[in-house]
Amino acid sequence: MYKLLLCWRYLRTRYIALASIVSVMLGVATLIVVNAVMAGFRREMEDRIHGVLADLSLESRSLNGMPDADWHMEQIRKVAGDQIEAMTPTVVVPGMMFFFCRGNWITREVIVIGIDADTQADVSALAQYLNHPDNRRKLSFDLREGGYDLRDHQAGPEAPLRPQMAEAGWQHRRRTAAARALEERLMRMERQLQSGYSAPNHADHQAPLPRTGAVEDNWGEAPQPAERQVHYVAPSSSATEPDFANLGLAATPPTQDPFASRSNHDAQQGTTFDPASQQHTGAIVGIGLISYRDAEGMDQFLCLPGDDVKLVIPNVAMPPQAISDEFTIVDLYESKMSEYDAKFVFVPIRRLQELRGMIDPTTGVGMVNSIQIKLKAGADPAQVRDKLRAAFSPMLYHASTWRDKQNALLAAVQVETAILNVLLFLIIAVAGFGILAIFFMIVVEKTRDIGVLKALGAPAGGVMGIFLSYGLLLGLVGSGVGLVLGLVLVKYINQIADFLGWLTGRPVFDPQVYYFYKIPAIVNPWTVSWIVAGAIVIAVTASVLPAWRAARLHPVEALRYE
Amino acid sequence: MSDELERILRQASRPQRPAPDPRLRVPPLVKGGLPLDGGPTLSLETDVKPAASPAAGSVPKPHFPASKPVELSAAVSSPPTPAARPSQVQPADATAYLLRTVGLYKSYRKGSIVIPVLMGVELTVREGEFLAIVGQSGSGKSTLLHLLGTLDAPDRGEVHFQGHRIDNLPAPSRDILRNRHIGMIFQFYHLLPELNALENVLVPLMIANGVWTFFSRRKQLRNRAAEVLQSVGLGHRLKHKPRELSGGEMQRAAIARALVAQPELLLADEPTGNLDKRTGQEIIALLRNLNQRQGLTIVMVTHDQYIAGQADRVVRLVEGRIEQ
Repeated sequence: MYKLLLCWRYLRTRYIALASIVSVMLGVATLIVVNAVMAGFRREMEDRIHGVLADLSLESRSLNGMPDADWHMEQIRKVAGDQIEAMTPTVVVPGMMFFFCRGNWITREVIVIGIDADTQADVSALAQYLNHPDNRRKLSFDLREGGYDLRDHQAGPEAPLRPQMAEAGWQHRRRTAAARALEERLMRMERQLQSGYSAPNHADHQAPLPRTGAVEDNWGEAPQPAERQVHYVAPSSSATEPDFANLGLAATPPTQDPFASRSNHDAQQGTTFDPASQQHTGAIVGIGLISYRDAEGMDQFLCLPGDDVKLVIPNVAMPPQAISDEFTIVDLYESKMSEYDAKFVFVPIRRLQELRGMIDPTTGVGMVNSIQIKLKAGADPAQVRDKLRAAFSPMLYHASTWRDKQNALLAAVQVETAILNVLLFLIIAVAGFGILAIFFMIVVEKTRDIGVLKALGAPAGGVMGIFLSYGLLLGLVGSGVGLVLGLVLVKYINQIADFLGWLTGRPVFDPQVYYFYKIPAIVNPWTVSWIVAGAIVIAVTASVLPAWRAARLHPVEALRYE
Repeated sequence: MSDELERILRQASRPQRPAPDPRLRVPPLVKGGLPLDGGPTLSLETDVKPAASPAAGSVPKPHFPASKPVELSAAVSSPPTPAARPSQVQPADATAYLLRTVGLYKSYRKGSIVIPVLMGVELTVREGEFLAIVGQSGSGKSTLLHLLGTLDAPDRGEVHFQGHRIDNLPAPSRDILRNRHIGMIFQFYHLLPELNALENVLVPLMIANGVWTFFSRRKQLRNRAAEVLQSVGLGHRLKHKPRELSGGEMQRAAIARALVAQPELLLADEPTGNLDKRTGQEIIALLRNLNQRQGLTIVMVTHDQYIAGQADRVVRLVEGRIEQ
């Protein structure tokens, strides 16, 4: 009893002990905050990875794929049918993407993924990362009239505006087409003037200038460009040749496409392509491919949904040949995993199979090189993966879970968290040494009182108990206050980060780097209790030595102590 | 409490017994118990026993010598054990003494130099006596008092309390002894500065009781402490911290603390050394009063002849020995 009474009184009267309480408190609070933020990052990352990747995928080792997706799915169902919720075939090919921006062709290295718009949504949450609200409900490769999100829908109202997105869609496409037609016409006039022809004579140029409808009409007249070509170019063919090439790049008229497949495609369709009213095959491109984030955290877009891009991919021949085709951006994909956002281009699987020559001409069955599998709730992906590995020869197939695919990243985050925890626990250990030093001081200061207690019959264990319970009390109070502080800090972490950014003039949490607008934080009660328990144990451990010293004080020496 | 003292004293003597089964060796100090074995201690108890003197009758609680069964004499006839310690042979003419020392030697070391302080102190304190030990500073008065209170162990010699040797007891037994049977007061009062007067007085009771016992008997113990404070004239200062008390009040509080567990012996180390003459006189009067009213045995160490003169008996400590 005297132990409790005395250590309580010591706690209330020794202000130096506050120093150790503060150090324990800071250590505990820091640990809680760091763990919450790391857990938040990890969760965010896992969510994103898992959102993009299906639970499980069975891939062919060959890029050319496996012949019959339906047959494979049947086999998969035979192996682990009871655990499988849904499957979808995909074709994954590396490729290049080209798009035109402000007079330049911009090239990106991409991964082209052919997906089945109908079944993809059953397997992964890909749709929820799309920009257009309707596409999030039902994935479509048709360009929308408008209505693209002006803000990152995943970030909430505090995300900065993306004013450029207001015009995305058909309106942007029409305007671009009109502008190009105008440009085209001006070029033509210029050329005519240069080559001595009188422009107004030509019927084409009597039409009023840039009205969208009129331009459409112009483009609609398929034979005209060829006619004109012959007509205008003939007199000074050598002089105008390079000029024409430029023009072709700028306006991308079908006939001037440097990639051969384009015209074939048009020929197949049997119609002439009108960019103001028609779209190429739709493509969903990663937001990182066509935008960058400026210093204010605003997204600046190099092109928008409605613009055309060229994709170049290898076909299945040996040696492969580059196949190119034009696609129209119909939506943006933003998973917040920069690795994916700056790499992925989704196109309809059928078109990709056609382009690559993956379709058996006799049966019409396409080859795929990956089958995405969604498991039923509660099924263990690793277990199913092992079953698949047993059933499908690993020489030909590779089965992996979403975790396997990003194992290095997830493991790195885990190791990082562990190292941070060790380092921060060292901070608490430093606080422990503080307690040690302060307790030694208090023992020296209280030497006479210890002697008195011993003279009154307090056993050595009791005297030791005073200081041990004192250490325990310090640990309890310190970690208690630290716990509250830590939880408050976690709750207001974004406001604090903003404040610190304002104070220092540099953003603490740079959205350019992290792709999040907010700092994610998750408080795990289990982790928190470990931290608090650890801090208390350290505080008590630190008080053992001084307590032992106090217990061993000789009462006579202690009483004589002045 | 006497039972307990007996128990701890028994514990102390147990290791010295050669018998293999300590359970059979339980000494017949238990009230009414039949002696199973006449241990070495017992053969000598008879010398001490007749202590249940009428003088001690006024002491508020029974002393164990008084409760000792007469059958003990039977134990004397039991065969003496070879381990019988010679120290326990006591003079047959010893009367009812409470405290007794046999040839106490104590020296201190300062580096390689050994400074002898006590050189064969022979002292006997009767029950109910108020004894003053005087001597010059540095004569070893305080050291002697510490030896009597088992705060320190002598180099040689023995201290006997109520017939039991106490200087060689294990630490836990000595703690209990100091807590319940020997009270101590000091020149500088040594109150705990964080606690108020009442809490200071409660400390020995807190030490004696565990947390739960203390809580369950909280009221009773508080009343007891308040009562003792009242009896030393501090009833109006229960909630004051030591720094808010005068020197005399602090010494009164210290006396209350020493007496709260109803010890048989009070050891006072220069109780008036830090007080002015009048206050000192009040303290001595209080001690005197306790001695006469309650039969409390007091051993007081002082260098003040006048103060010492008010005791029943004054002995002088000169060059490490007692001069009667």
